[in-house]
Amino acid sequence: MSLIDDLFARLRTSGEKALMPFVTAGDPDIAFTGRILAELDRRGCHLAEVGIPYSDPIADGPVIQSSYTRALDRSTTLEQILAMLQTRSSSNGMPIVTMVSFSIVLRWGLERYIENAKAAGVSGAIVPDLPLEESAALAEICRREDFSLIQLVTPTTPRDRALQIAETSTGFLYYVSVTGITGERNDLPPDLIDTVGWLREQTPLPVCIGFGISRAAHVQQLAPVADGLIVGSAIVRRIATAAQNPPDAVLEDVGGYVGELLAALNER
Amino acid sequence: MTISGNQTAKLAANVPTDQGRFGDFGGRYVPETLTRALDELVVEYEAARNDPKFQAELTELLRSFVGRPSPLYYAERLTARCGGSQIWFKREDLNHTGAHKINNTLGQALLTIRMGKSRVIAETGAGQHGVATATACARFGLPCIVYMGEEDVRRQAPNVFSMKLLGAEVRAVSSGSRTLRDAINEAMRDWMSSVESTHYIIGSVVGPHPFPMMVRDFQSIIGTEARQQCLAQLGRLPDRVVACVGGGSNAAGMFYPFINDPGVHLTGVEAGGLGAGCGEHASPLTYGDPGVLHGSYSYVMQDNDGQTSDVHSISAGLDYPGVGPEHSYWKNAGRVEYKTCEDRDALKAFDAVAACEGILPALESSHAVSQAMKIASTGCHDEIVVVCLSGRGDKDASEIARLRDVQLGLDEASHET
Ligand SMILES: Cc1ncc(COP(=O)(O)O)c(C=O)c1O
Repeated sequence: MSLIDDLFARLRTSGEKALMPFVTAGDPDIAFTGRILAELDRRGCHLAEVGIPYSDPIADGPVIQSSYTRALDRSTTLEQILAMLQTRSSSNGMPIVTMVSFSIVLRWGLERYIENAKAAGVSGAIVPDLPLEESAALAEICRREDFSLIQLVTPTTPRDRALQIAETSTGFLYYVSVTGITGERNDLPPDLIDTVGWLREQTPLPVCIGFGISRAAHVQQLAPVADGLIVGSAIVRRIATAAQNPPDAVLEDVGGYVGELLAALNER
Repeated sequence: MTISGNQTAKLAANVPTDQGRFGDFGGRYVPETLTRALDELVVEYEAARNDPKFQAELTELLRSFVGRPSPLYYAERLTARCGGSQIWFKREDLNHTGAHKINNTLGQALLTIRMGKSRVIAETGAGQHGVATATACARFGLPCIVYMGEEDVRRQAPNVFSMKLLGAEVRAVSSGSRTLRDAINEAMRDWMSSVESTHYIIGSVVGPHPFPMMVRDFQSIIGTEARQQCLAQLGRLPDRVVACVGGGSNAAGMFYPFINDPGVHLTGVEAGGLGAGCGEHASPLTYGDPGVLHGSYSYVMQDNDGQTSDVHSISAGLDYPGVGPEHSYWKNAGRVEYKTCEDRDALKAFDAVAACEGILPALESSHAVSQAMKIASTGCHDEIVVVCLSGRGDKDASEIARLRDVQLGLDEASHET
């Protein structure tokens, strides 16, 4: 059982839902990423997705893209990111999963990537450009290493395929709320709740929703049908102000924001 | 390296697999959001390929709209200047819109209509694919959006204006290196949101399956014609065939019909830029390693973390850190030899073709010509070298003027961008 399995087993027993923030590693620098993870933990977030900056992210909107560019402009490396996560993992905080392009995983070598991430206290990976058909080799290594490989289902996924994806996913299943790239949305698709409801009846895996979620109202609306909610661009946009503002103020701003979302999560 | 006839037959017949694999290369490394559209494209393309009506319509368009077949032309004075093998040009520069790109865009535009999609997006580097897509879309009444890196908007300004005249919307891309690679990223992002109504007419043999196969097939008209023309005009196959390699579409289209002719030596020419240093060239087959970029596994320029490296070429159409997966396959199988040509040698070849033949070749094509001149100068006169002259160089005139500090009266035109 990985930390992620433990987390969702606990939450399902208590009837709670998970808030899962996304942050870009190395934006504005590695040390700040360490501090923001500690803050998210302290506020009671349940799991964090750490985005490994990539030069050509095609599933990301301008907010996350530019955070990747900022991190890479500072020559952030995977080794530095893993070293930072390793320091943090000794404090036994919330589970961490990396959001990482397959270009990076492949360049490192599949086994080497998983072994190093695991040694740094990372519990799983989301590889957004690795669809089911290409994932067998990585999935096999992850299974052996008890490392979660979280697969994605989207609104364009046919239902029979969604079931196949659910069968190979471990940790949780990531439901992408919109046909599109990451970024905040005012309104989420009307059929989202039905589709996620259907998915949760089909699979014992926890189902978490991401892409577009940014408001307390979204959280209130979606928490009842999902196991967890992922919030990315809304947080990364706040962190982007760290270039002009004192780090403590940015930490406070992000902390306050997730505090509001956490309150909305439990307000039912 | 020598290859037996059997081996080369296997090379051509079995690739790509249903998973889009050319040996180890290719595949489909894209977000799940695009999977259904790519699956549909596989099915629809397969149906179109076997549909005589579709093929007849495309063939007629290529004849009456593009002007095919393009001639196989003997570059007599260039041959004399090199003093060795005969140099022949496959004149893709004479196609409507001035390059090979139209062969692919008409095929994909017909597919767009067949699939019932109502909007087209494309990326472009040199602007030739953008113009060819805008042209096909105007011809069929499809709205068209072309993504183009800001750096390329600047250096290929005449093509930007042409695209607008043809009714396309040109979106300048300011992220990353502001060249072809970033234009592809942006087109992919558009497609992530618009995939249900939109077809992405990709401009080279790159991207996720089935694009590398489909674009190769549409471009194979180049090699099929060239092969027949050699037999008809020369009574035999050529000894050598040379083409430039950006993403690799004109080269794939030129080489593919010759793959099973073991006596025909094939040479692809990458952009050697300023030299062999990191960031100075755009030659992944020569200097890169296998990795994933833009949805397929192929040779690519990337650092030890898998981040795509910056590349350089004088020619916008070759200024790309990746290459089509079938070229990686041909390279590793030893079927095609890949060489590089530096910026300054491409310019020399450009000047030579202008002076000797009265043709302004595209800077991209000039890379192939440079290598062909090198080969020819050491060969004997009964040896035949066919070069794919993939496009015409009018689009490059202003950039060459700028590089040579020549003032042109073109300032008004570039303001239009
Ligand atoms: C005339 C010409 N030749 C070659 C290329 C390179 O593309 P490819 O390698 O796909 O043929 C381009 C691309 O813009 C071009 O315009």
